[in-house]
Amino acid sequence: MSTLSKENVYLADVPVLVSPDGVVDQFETERASRLGQYLRTLRPGLVLAGLFVFLLSIAAIEPAWFISGDPLDANAREAFAPPSSGHLLGTDEIGRDVLTRVIYGSRSSLLMGLGATAIGLGFGIALGLTAGLGPPVIDGLLMRFVDVLLAFPDLLLALVVITFFGQGTVNAILAVGIASVPRYARLVRAQTHLVRGTAYVEAAKTLGIRSSALIWHHVLPNAIKPVLILATIGIGGKIASGASLSFLGFGTLPPAPEWGAMLAVGRDYLENAWWLTAVPGIAITLTVLSVTALGRELLRRSEGKSI
Amino acid sequence: MTLFKRIAWRLLAGVGVLWCTVTLAFVAFHLIGDDPVVTILGGEDAQPSKEMIALVRKEYGLDRPLSVQYAQYLWRAVHGDLGQSYRLHIPVARAISQQLMPTLSLMFSATLVSVFLAVALALLTAKRAPWIRSFSSGVELVISSAPAFVLGTLLLLAFSFQLNWLPSFGTSGWETIVLPTLALALPIVAVLTQVLRQELEDILELPFIVTARARGLSETRVRLGHALRHALIPLLTLSGFIFASLLGGAVIVETLFSRQGIGRLMVEATGNKDVPMVLGITELSALIYVVVNLIVDLLYAVVDPRVKGAV
Repeated sequence: MSTLSKENVYLADVPVLVSPDGVVDQFETERASRLGQYLRTLRPGLVLAGLFVFLLSIAAIEPAWFISGDPLDANAREAFAPPSSGHLLGTDEIGRDVLTRVIYGSRSSLLMGLGATAIGLGFGIALGLTAGLGPPVIDGLLMRFVDVLLAFPDLLLALVVITFFGQGTVNAILAVGIASVPRYARLVRAQTHLVRGTAYVEAAKTLGIRSSALIWHHVLPNAIKPVLILATIGIGGKIASGASLSFLGFGTLPPAPEWGAMLAVGRDYLENAWWLTAVPGIAITLTVLSVTALGRELLRRSEGKSI
Repeated sequence: MTLFKRIAWRLLAGVGVLWCTVTLAFVAFHLIGDDPVVTILGGEDAQPSKEMIALVRKEYGLDRPLSVQYAQYLWRAVHGDLGQSYRLHIPVARAISQQLMPTLSLMFSATLVSVFLAVALALLTAKRAPWIRSFSSGVELVISSAPAFVLGTLLLLAFSFQLNWLPSFGTSGWETIVLPTLALALPIVAVLTQVLRQELEDILELPFIVTARARGLSETRVRLGHALRHALIPLLTLSGFIFASLLGGAVIVETLFSRQGIGRLMVEATGNKDVPMVLGITELSALIYVVVNLIVDLLYAVVDPRVKGAV
């Protein structure tokens, strides 16, 4: 990030050496071809990532649009059928269709990603704003507290939360969300400090605007953008963490179609049925990859660097 | 600020982190979750009698005022006593020390492998043809997107079950550590390579590299002899990230490969609601974090002479 901001500084230093006419021309053509430019900067990989996330969201809302079967429909006679025309991705240990289960699994993954991010952001924003706008004593105390929590790996924190609050889908979302609070709190606090010193906040203060309105209309909207972008990138990581918890047996439990749980069950059949682990594994990886790639692109664009 | 003063400050900060961790653990132990006494007696289902509860409460010192309990808790933690495991019925510290070596050796080998691979890959791919760059960054993105348990399972599938090269589980023998090390190291390699390559590319444009080239040094000598030393600094900056991935990854990898170690102990303790064990491992992780950070801080001063005077 430091290198990026360096470049921005260099760009700002370049004097405009174009004649007035040239500048006007440049602006006009720019406006006309903005859409074209926008489309040209999209790389095929990103288009694929966007498409994948789009399909995934639809599958999460209504999986039946993609596939007609039931994810829990067992048929013992067809157990361990390898991928074929009847079962495109094979069947599992009690004859359930793996493709159907993977498609139905997208819902819990996206719910995990969005839910955990929302929880993390919510608490993170509250803590970060309190620290960033409150008296220095509160700021110092809160940030030392956050620093201590940052010392632990997210998964470890999530496991501690699960130990206290119990297992299950909702608690796994809560655990992953809470584990990410310190990071967001730190980010929001840093942004708040940046915005607090700006002229428009000073002006608003001078005008005597109530502090709640000041925070809500002036500080938060301006401090939040980079946080939201980083949170978008983080959704992928949350999906991975949630699947990890299910894999360890603390999140969504089988027989529900969940990618991490499917992989945990498939681990016992590595010898005779590779598709039971490979398919959900690839599904998770592609999802995290696509979400992360989209988030990074968002970040790049916001920093004014379109690669 | 002198180096000595700097170290003293960092030591103080480290002690602060440890103190906060122990305090948080104490608060968590007493304020959230189930009544520890009921859990010790086998949970709500066991329906322990009132006399039994009172007895255990006295035995564990849970009937005294909170301030006294806190002081005791702190005093014991300082002496390495992290309480008694609910499930294993042995001191948490002993259970941890029995499992510590396998995890530490796994973390150590993963660190070595990831640093070596990342440096080699960054040296090979920095400032090369665009297709090499986009290919390697694509691979890095895929690997860093795959969660550790997916990566580990795919490695198992390929090397243990299809090729039959390496064992799929266990803790004894050097073969058993190869796949877990890779599963733990690859995600770190993916991130480190990206950062190191960016750093190398920035450095390869600096005047002193031009000077080195003008003296007629070969590309290899320029990269190895001049650029690499400066590019290693971000490795230290990222040590926190490396440590977190190693510890978080160990939890997954040890479970996946059925290895002994702290990570698996943590998973079992979480499943059993063995609160003292979970908190003990968390406190240990804070201790390792503080020690690692202290070492890194000293290394900074060795690697980057500018740091000695500043900050």
